[in-house]
Amino acid sequence: MDELGRKNRRLVIRLLAGCVLMFGFGFALVPLYDVFCRVTGLNGKVTNTGPVAIEDADISRSVRVQFLGVNNEGMPWEFRPLDESVRVHPGEMRQIAFFARNPTSRRMIAQAIPSVAPAEAAQYLHKVNCFCFDSQSLASQEQVEMPVLFVIDKKLPEHIHTLTLSYTLFDITPEAPDGQALASETRRSPL
Amino acid sequence: METTLGQNLGDTHHDHGPASGIGRWLFTTNHKDIGTLYLWFSLLMFLTGGTMALLIRAELFQPGLQLVQPEFFNQMTTMHGLIMVFGAVMPAFVGLANWLVPMMIGAPDMALPRMNNWSFWILPFAFAMMISTLFMEGGAPNFGWTFYAPLSTTYAPPSVTFFIFAVHMMGISSIMGAINVIATILNLRAPGMTMMKLPLFVWSWLITAFLLIAVMPVLAGVVTMMLMDIHFGTSFFNAAGGGDPVLFQHVFWFFGHPEVYIMILPAFGIISEIIPTFARKRLFGYASMVYAIASIAILSFLVWAHHMFTVGLPLAGELFFMFATMLIAVPTGVKVFNWVATMFRGSLTFETPMLFALAFVVLFTIGGFSGLMLAIAPADFQYHDTYFVVAHFHYVLVPGAIFSIMAATYFWLPKWTGHMINERMGKIHFWLSFVGVNITFFPMHFVGLAGMPRRIPDYALQFADFNSVASVGAFIFGFSQLLFLYNVIACIRGGARATDRVWEGAHGLEWTLPSPAPYHSFSQPPVVK
Repeated sequence: MDELGRKNRRLVIRLLAGCVLMFGFGFALVPLYDVFCRVTGLNGKVTNTGPVAIEDADISRSVRVQFLGVNNEGMPWEFRPLDESVRVHPGEMRQIAFFARNPTSRRMIAQAIPSVAPAEAAQYLHKVNCFCFDSQSLASQEQVEMPVLFVIDKKLPEHIHTLTLSYTLFDITPEAPDGQALASETRRSPL
Repeated sequence: METTLGQNLGDTHHDHGPASGIGRWLFTTNHKDIGTLYLWFSLLMFLTGGTMALLIRAELFQPGLQLVQPEFFNQMTTMHGLIMVFGAVMPAFVGLANWLVPMMIGAPDMALPRMNNWSFWILPFAFAMMISTLFMEGGAPNFGWTFYAPLSTTYAPPSVTFFIFAVHMMGISSIMGAINVIATILNLRAPGMTMMKLPLFVWSWLITAFLLIAVMPVLAGVVTMMLMDIHFGTSFFNAAGGGDPVLFQHVFWFFGHPEVYIMILPAFGIISEIIPTFARKRLFGYASMVYAIASIAILSFLVWAHHMFTVGLPLAGELFFMFATMLIAVPTGVKVFNWVATMFRGSLTFETPMLFALAFVVLFTIGGFSGLMLAIAPADFQYHDTYFVVAHFHYVLVPGAIFSIMAATYFWLPKWTGHMINERMGKIHFWLSFVGVNITFFPMHFVGLAGMPRRIPDYALQFADFNSVASVGAFIFGFSQLLFLYNVIACIRGGARATDRVWEGAHGLEWTLPSPAPYHSFSQPPVVK
């Protein structure tokens, strides 16, 4: 192996390392994308969850919050909000509920994924408690009312008068051999 | 570039020619043989993808469904795009690089000849696998060449797995080709061939090779994520499991936008070789050409989301990607300016390669301008997924990339075969192609602006006239490519003897070699002054 052979070898190793790095970067884009959306509040992903300090409501203005319940393709459940919209003051804690019913003849597990429009408002919608934190398991013909407890942050920009909280319901029933899902497999959602 | 050969080329007593029989092609490590293999393969793929394009245009000749079912139509648009991008344009440029880069820099061969053989021979298997999906149950991939999830995951035909592995193989082939080009250019230059003396084709390929190494692994990553979503229960692009289909588009276009420059930068290099030759002047602004190519390459990583203006990007994102995209017009404008300035007051002649190069400059610029229109985010909401987009990228790819490949073939074919091409036939091929291309793609601007969606086998009645015109043009263009095939074969089989320099105004090391170029060239490196 002469001088040229060594030079070629060194270069090829570096370029291959570059390839491996870029392959990894492709996968790194997945968490980077999530972090980016979380930091900027883009994509309507709700990130403010959990307990909140109780404050006085800002009664000088009120905001209309609309609710939407949508089934993902192939999801047979009945799924809708009990109230289509409510008016709240920023800082005021409010509970609403969604209705779900499993019309099939088998137990199913569902996961609701929230989204807020406009995306700019997502970071000001604080969910204290939400059925979307967990997956929902319903037996055949069972129905349930599922609560959402939320607060609109008082720092919500003045120009936002209406925001929409939308849930898409996904069928995540594991493919059990007998078609029966186990209720104990209820998983904690990543949100 | 003044050169002297450090070797009497006739004195090659230890030299050996090609092996005989099929083994020559299977086991060859000769850059000229491998270049030839790449070029023939890409021509075969070009005709295959072209046949699919003609099926599409035949269906779109009239409104309503005539010839094919919508499902098959979708498979045709998908396969046409994939075959043309990965099977025709990219291998053609790799083939040209194989033939020309060693001869242009005074190297005896590519730096890694065995890998070179491997990177070519992967391709026929990759494409055999991809094309075989047409005969599978459920049909070939039907989700468009951009294979957006969840169309390509949840709703994909079963053959998608073959598609994924085919893409993996093409990616490996491209990466190995790129590594070879970089190693050749960086390590095998003849003494005195400094970086800023490199012919522009070599420069453009060096930068393209770095782009390939940066983005082909990302493509491999995105198809691997699809594979895992489909078969291993992950949820990269599935919202039910916490994933996001929009993420697919981000990762795909992070690959996809540099990819479109991979298909045009070598074309810039080719045109920068041809225009000075037939203008009989030095290229105007050599250094600025190099910097322009490099800045286009860097900017290509910062503009990917302009393909996604309508997915719901935040305003700040729309603005950033809009302005970054428009910025690319600056280095591209520099290049067009330099080509025009090279021709200014030159002694122009219009041989076939020059005709293709001139058509490239004019028609690529038209495609560039429609690209600028699409870059305007608010306007893109109107143009998105219409035939205007189809018109735009066909203007930059057909009279852009493809014309440059044909120009290169006509330009260097005498060096490869030792025979001049038949100028009359070359000119007939050029004019039929030029007229055909414009009849095909120009009306697509109009129907696109009027709102005709792309990738749909049927359309509203008001688009009928322009569509039938486009289809007529497509058949003119398509069948005139048989003339190209004829011209190439005729030039291999015979014709007027080519001199070593071939063209009166030609400069560069490859023109110091005899025509046809000997099987082994520059075994002793030339001295470049």
